[in-house]
Amino acid sequence: MTVPGAWYLVLAAVLFGLGATGLLIRRNVLVMFMCVELMLNAVNLTFVTFARLLNDVGGQASVFFVLVVAAAEVVVGLAIIVAMFRRRAAATADDIHALKG
Amino acid sequence: MLAALLASAASSGRDLANASAWAVFLVGAAMILTGAFGVILLRNPVHCALMLIITLFGVALEFIDQSADFLAAVQIIVYAGAVVIVFLFVIMFLGVDRREAAGPEATKFQKPLALILGVVALIEILILSGVTKWVSGQPSVAGALNGPGENVQKLGQSIYTRYLLPFEMTAALLVIAVVSAVVLSRRRQPSASELSSTEQEHLAAGEREPQ
Repeated sequence: MTVPGAWYLVLAAVLFGLGATGLLIRRNVLVMFMCVELMLNAVNLTFVTFARLLNDVGGQASVFFVLVVAAAEVVVGLAIIVAMFRRRAAATADDIHALKG
Repeated sequence: MLAALLASAASSGRDLANASAWAVFLVGAAMILTGAFGVILLRNPVHCALMLIITLFGVALEFIDQSADFLAAVQIIVYAGAVVIVFLFVIMFLGVDRREAAGPEATKFQKPLALILGVVALIEILILSGVTKWVSGQPSVAGALNGPGENVQKLGQSIYTRYLLPFEMTAALLVIAVVSAVVLSRRRQPSASELSSTEQEHLAAGEREPQ
């Protein structure tokens, strides 16, 4: 527990930046989803780091809730992707308009 | 916890704990960065999902390094055990891995632009964190974390007392997510054998129109 918190925060910032870059670069919706997970994990890492630095259990509780929301998000998002595939056999971000009502 | 265990085991004490904490941090950081670059760069979505697992384990290592034992376990169980498996299941189920990178680029300069934007965002975050104090604010608002006692107990007490309402809302959220997943992935039309011939024609005509 002797690694300074700044190291974790820099690591989380880099992970967030990588996730954001991937989200913009990739066109496959599934991989874009994975990049969103990367960004969520970066935020979780900052939460845990601040919980330790500020000696506050609220940070870890927040990570718990982020985990639940991420799980729900994955369930709904993947259902949308499956629905997209039903209409059209492709999974790029440009094919989402196939779901227009 | 690993660092704490090593610290208690070591007779020389602080030096070994220090070194082990750094080792865990560096191994975790290497795993996180390897996995993140893999997710971004690899062509096959299955490989991306496997790289995502490496990143998630790296994050779990960093949690352990900061004594967030429960969250590290949940991270591995929920993320690596459930979320990535669902990802892989959908990839295999839909056969996305065969259809990667088909079709022309929608926007001509998407990749360079995205790269520039991502790097700019990263530099912004680092500069912002550099010009302000790293940690500021009131300590221990929701309860002390670092003192004696089990991490799981503190977290559980906090969630079931102070954060009870958000906790119940997440339960509702999960139910809504499950219901919406069922609704979204349900096939609308009944099987053809249950319909008369005129109904089948009607259905076929209706299918061609976008709903």
